Amino acid sequence: MEIEVLEGIFDANEIIAGENREILDRHGVFMVNLMASPGAGKTSLILKTLEGVGGGLSCAVIEGDIAGKVDSERIAEQGVPAIQINTGGSCHLEAKQVNTALKRMELEQVDLLIVENVGNLVCPAEFKLGEDLKVMILSVAEGHDKPLKYPLMFSESHVLIINKIDLIPHTDFDMESLKETVRKMNPAVEIFEVSCRTGEGLSAWTGWLKGRVETSK
Amino acid sequence: MHEMSVVESMMGVVLRHAEQNRASRVTKINLVLGEVSSVMEEPIKFYFDILSRETITEGAELVFRRTALMARCSQCGGEFKVEEFDFTCPDCKGTDTEITSGREFQVESIEIN
Repeated sequence: MEIEVLEGIFDANEIIAGENREILDRHGVFMVNLMASPGAGKTSLILKTLEGVGGGLSCAVIEGDIAGKVDSERIAEQGVPAIQINTGGSCHLEAKQVNTALKRMELEQVDLLIVENVGNLVCPAEFKLGEDLKVMILSVAEGHDKPLKYPLMFSESHVLIINKIDLIPHTDFDMESLKETVRKMNPAVEIFEVSCRTGEGLSAWTGWLKGRVETSK
Repeated sequence: MHEMSVVESMMGVVLRHAEQNRASRVTKINLVLGEVSSVMEEPIKFYFDILSRETITEGAELVFRRTALMARCSQCGGEFKVEEFDFTCPDCKGTDTEITSGREFQVESIEIN
């Protein structure tokens, strides 16, 4: 006997992502899901973003890593509440883990919550967390040919941040070719070129983000 | 990379429907897998063989139906196959398009005794 099922295997995750969305809306929290490969500069960008949007916005961070709490300690040193999630080998965060973290946070005091996903350009793109924005970083050192190798991530992200632009003179990185490829895959994407090391371009990103957080209120 | 937890979720869906229909055995699981889903067939089969042991799904055949990446253009309403992740509408060159298939991983049906 054949039984019709028609049920998505990620549906369970998406239901919890929807619950997260409700919790965030209830407390007026804007959530960013930040994704990139290891070493692209996720934690550096978070630290610079906290600095840039500070004053007016109160922020918190959820750090997703396979192991350790190095990143959440770096954030907490800045006086920003940070919760560490260790995925214990899993290559991405799922909505359930974020749900548990949200329940431990004092959300009524938070305007902007940044979730740093596990360093990986593949799996995090598949799992919704209930975020307002999916933001990805590509660093110059990774090369401009990455979009066609990791298409889902580039086509799903609302924002692409190109980090380490201070390295461009030392590489064959072709910014125009990168942008052209990404815009075909994802015409609505917002692109920011930054260097977390020199600070170049960061104010355009933080100014834009602040605007998004404020208009979502 | 995350196929083991994906298989656990898949088995959850299958076992729930099997139990609702008082199945004693699941013989076949028909899956729909989009072309650009990050899930891969071979590791799914591998973990399914391990995780299905001593359940009513043990020995079930996994059948994959692959779907192509398709999008619909909101400007002209046409549906087109997306080649090389270029989401520009081939007919009207519109860029406001929405994916209609190719991303799914779904249990379409199960065959039970």
